[in-house]
Amino acid sequence: MAVKLGFYFDQTLCTGCKACQIACKDKHDLPLGVNWRRVAEYGGGTWQITGDTFAPNIFANYMTMACNHCDDAVCADVCPTTAMHQREDGVVAVDDDLCVGCRYCEWACPYSAPQYNAETGRMSKCDLCTDFRGEGLDPACVAACPSRALDWGPIDELREKYGDVAAIAPLPDPSVTQPNLVITPHRSAEPVGAATGAINNPREV
Amino acid sequence: MTAISDHPTSTDASPGGISRRSFLKWSAVAGGGVALASGTRQLGLLPGAGLSASAAEEGEDLETLWSACVVNCGSCCPLRMQVADGRVVRVLPDDTGDDDLGSQQIRACVRGLNYRQRMYTPDRLKTPMKRVGKRGGGEWEEISWEQAYDEIAEAVQRIIDEYGNEAIYLNYGTGTIRGTIAKSWPPAITPIARLMNTVGGYLNHYADYSTAQIQGAVAYHYGGWIGANSLDDAKSAKLQVMFGNNPLETRMSGGGELWVSQRTREQSKVRTIVIDPRYSETALGVADEWVPLRPGTDAALVAGMAHVMVSEGLHDQEFLDSHCQGFDEDHMPEDIPAGNSYVAYLMGEGPDGVEKTPQWAASITGVPADTIVRLAREIATTKPTYINQGWGPQRHANGENQARAIFTLVAMTGNIGIRGGSTGEREGSYGLPMANPYASENPVETSIPVFAWTDAVEKGPEMTATNAGIQGAEKLEVPIKMIWNYAGNALTNQHGDINRTIELLEDDSKCEMIVVIDTRMTVSARYADILLPDAMNAEQLDLVAQGSAGNMGYAILGNQVVEPPYDCKTVYEMCSEIAKRLGTEEAFTEGRTQEEWVRHILDASREDIPDLPSFEELKEMGVWRDPNPPEVGYVPLQDFREDPEEHPLPTPSGKIEIFSTQLWEMAETWELPEGDRITALPEHLDTWEGPAEARERDDYPLQCIGHHYKQRTHSTYGNLPWLEEAHPQIVWMNPVDAEERGIANDDTVEVFNERGRIRLPARVTVRIAPGVVSVPQGAWFTPDEQGVDVGGSVNTLTSWRQSPIHKGNAQHTTLVQITRA
Repeated sequence: MAVKLGFYFDQTLCTGCKACQIACKDKHDLPLGVNWRRVAEYGGGTWQITGDTFAPNIFANYMTMACNHCDDAVCADVCPTTAMHQREDGVVAVDDDLCVGCRYCEWACPYSAPQYNAETGRMSKCDLCTDFRGEGLDPACVAACPSRALDWGPIDELREKYGDVAAIAPLPDPSVTQPNLVITPHRSAEPVGAATGAINNPREV
Repeated sequence: MTAISDHPTSTDASPGGISRRSFLKWSAVAGGGVALASGTRQLGLLPGAGLSASAAEEGEDLETLWSACVVNCGSCCPLRMQVADGRVVRVLPDDTGDDDLGSQQIRACVRGLNYRQRMYTPDRLKTPMKRVGKRGGGEWEEISWEQAYDEIAEAVQRIIDEYGNEAIYLNYGTGTIRGTIAKSWPPAITPIARLMNTVGGYLNHYADYSTAQIQGAVAYHYGGWIGANSLDDAKSAKLQVMFGNNPLETRMSGGGELWVSQRTREQSKVRTIVIDPRYSETALGVADEWVPLRPGTDAALVAGMAHVMVSEGLHDQEFLDSHCQGFDEDHMPEDIPAGNSYVAYLMGEGPDGVEKTPQWAASITGVPADTIVRLAREIATTKPTYINQGWGPQRHANGENQARAIFTLVAMTGNIGIRGGSTGEREGSYGLPMANPYASENPVETSIPVFAWTDAVEKGPEMTATNAGIQGAEKLEVPIKMIWNYAGNALTNQHGDINRTIELLEDDSKCEMIVVIDTRMTVSARYADILLPDAMNAEQLDLVAQGSAGNMGYAILGNQVVEPPYDCKTVYEMCSEIAKRLGTEEAFTEGRTQEEWVRHILDASREDIPDLPSFEELKEMGVWRDPNPPEVGYVPLQDFREDPEEHPLPTPSGKIEIFSTQLWEMAETWELPEGDRITALPEHLDTWEGPAEARERDDYPLQCIGHHYKQRTHSTYGNLPWLEEAHPQIVWMNPVDAEERGIANDDTVEVFNERGRIRLPARVTVRIAPGVVSVPQGAWFTPDEQGVDVGGSVNTLTSWRQSPIHKGNAQHTTLVQITRA
């Protein structure tokens, strides 16, 4: 594989607005329930109440998540029809002609990247906006982020530019699938495993 | 002392029945999406049905045209709309500009990007309709445009003849405000005002639902609206303090104040403190410290900090002496008894005899006294400090005093009129001086407070200058008999106490005629007598003025991207046709088409802005930025700071009136409801349904506020599937309060008081202070058969009761109870 592509996410800038999610839905015309990008709100902590006064010791941050086009793409590994496959550029994609909608890939992916589209009866997922990139444009989510919190590119370049952190709660340990993802953590981010917080908007992800 | 463990845990990992590997954190909680997928709704013509994808797949040529999102968030974003076969198939953000302050790319927020769904929603109004049966009963008869125009013109003429022009009211509405021709706010420059001005005018209102109390505050404190330094000027400050200001959520544009705040903070690293009952996105994103307090107690917090400053001599006595009236006993107007200065108030030497110690403030605000002392010292000794306030602190029963207290903190620390300082108002911004020859003059001078229109319907002639804040006349002569409601939802949903408001509207012997002009069947549209289907801004040509964007000035030419669908028409055409029937078409149109007006206004603007492109150039480029932005957007009162004698303020003393002479007089002469007070000083006031009352009441012990939500701009963009999926309507509550009531995250709950009841999911979150709940404002009121609002509108819970000075909407002063549904 020549060049592997991935996403960069600056968590310090994310407001949880989901412009990325809606830009993706508008670009790809996705029905309700199919969200190639989703945003989780993660947080925790406690309040101290003393008489009439209170003081917070709390934290919160956001995690936007699409497909990480993993080196170890478990979705492709488990696909019984080879519909889910990794292309030359590392982009993991679905071959509509081969997909039977069995949803194994969805079950296997720890990021919920492959999503079942009930209208087509097939799996669907982020392809890093292949058509946009072909026209020299950024993927829709990257171009839309009001905070400029998203970037994409060859993962080597992203890691050189932004570092190699990806092990941030509530994500799974990167060792599981080797995601092509780089994160600049929010000041309150917790590492994978040491997490004391929880996802606060479970119905939205 | 109790330490409460908080965060709720998400349990039901796979409600859709899809089993997942549970050892992975993300997938353990990510079942919701699948659950939704299996329950996908039929969308018909909505986006999501494959239109965009099919257009792209067939390689069809897509035409890309510039339009804009023109709603009332304070921002304004250009949009690139891709069109195929006369339909918008995709909405793209701005891709011009750069990432420098002053020339930034103006990326639309989550709502603007969902514009397409708002265009093609099934609840678009399609044809003129007339009410059948009871007002609000939901039965309609489709009528022709000719009949609609005739009946409206007849009603206008009849009501003018019977009651006079003062009986016709233009209700507050901000659904389309950045355009120039299709513009619903400010009321005086709307096409409806222009129409009514050709036949003798209409009843005015003053202030607005966003800023009623702070407008009352600035009038007496500074002599008028000034604005604060723009947010990009925070880079000149050593410390930024934001009282209830939340630009990262309320002005979400990626070229507006969200981006300006983030970029400024990124570049300057200015230490930032956010004071807010909620851990807002601004607190999460740009703050070093979050100070939660009870809603309606900012003035008490300021007094507590001011007490520290005076006690320790940390305040700027020199500035106060030269620029302010009423800080201490040596700087009071004549004939005012001793003990009425702010220092006297702080030190317990005033009429109430209570010293405003940090401990006093702590018990009111909830902020620990040692925190108040530390904040006071930091704010007083860090120079310069940029203090601003959002519009939440003022949207209270004591809102004018809240706002004035924050202004006073800025004066005490000497930060007014300097780079990196402020007036303590909300951020100002640079704006292009666009001309508006389309505006016309209202011959009627009488004006009511914006929030008092329901009173004016109910008991107009009882309202006077001193009992109801009537301006331009001693009293109201007639009640409101006709309402024009153009692109607004304050007829019901955005007003207080929706159930009471509906009851008032249902009696059509009071207000006899309601004309609603809108694009969708909103909650307010349900109460029309005649309902006119409007074209959206992307369906007509208009010149679009900029939003608040730090030091950047810009203009957009919004194309007619597609034709108006169904039988929709532009508001300009509607008003022209009604004017024709009233015999004033020439006065209304001046012989111009909408495009001719746009060209005329652009040409007129080019006189003051020579660089502004021509019509043809702007049409092609979409958005134009002033190539020479000021280094900072706005630093008000520099001249006053330098020489207060030479550049006095328009107050009676010419100074900043910490003690307001006018308010002192009004406190004597105005008739107020039992318990309400006007004070010459920015004192903390305990009010009806305030935080003190909350702690005394067993029935409604929770303070309810209504934050601005990402799903909607007020109520605009409500009721759209993609946005409801992304940002569902929820009520925020603290785990302490949830635990007491046996409520877990995502449980369905009912929030209620004597005025109404709503049902919605709970967001149990550490991000809100104990004792406080927040129902994001703007959700569409949707009563079920029992009258429970399952849409979850906060105004089902709020009241009509007004603030004492400017008679403003006190919608954050509301007490409620919550139970599991």
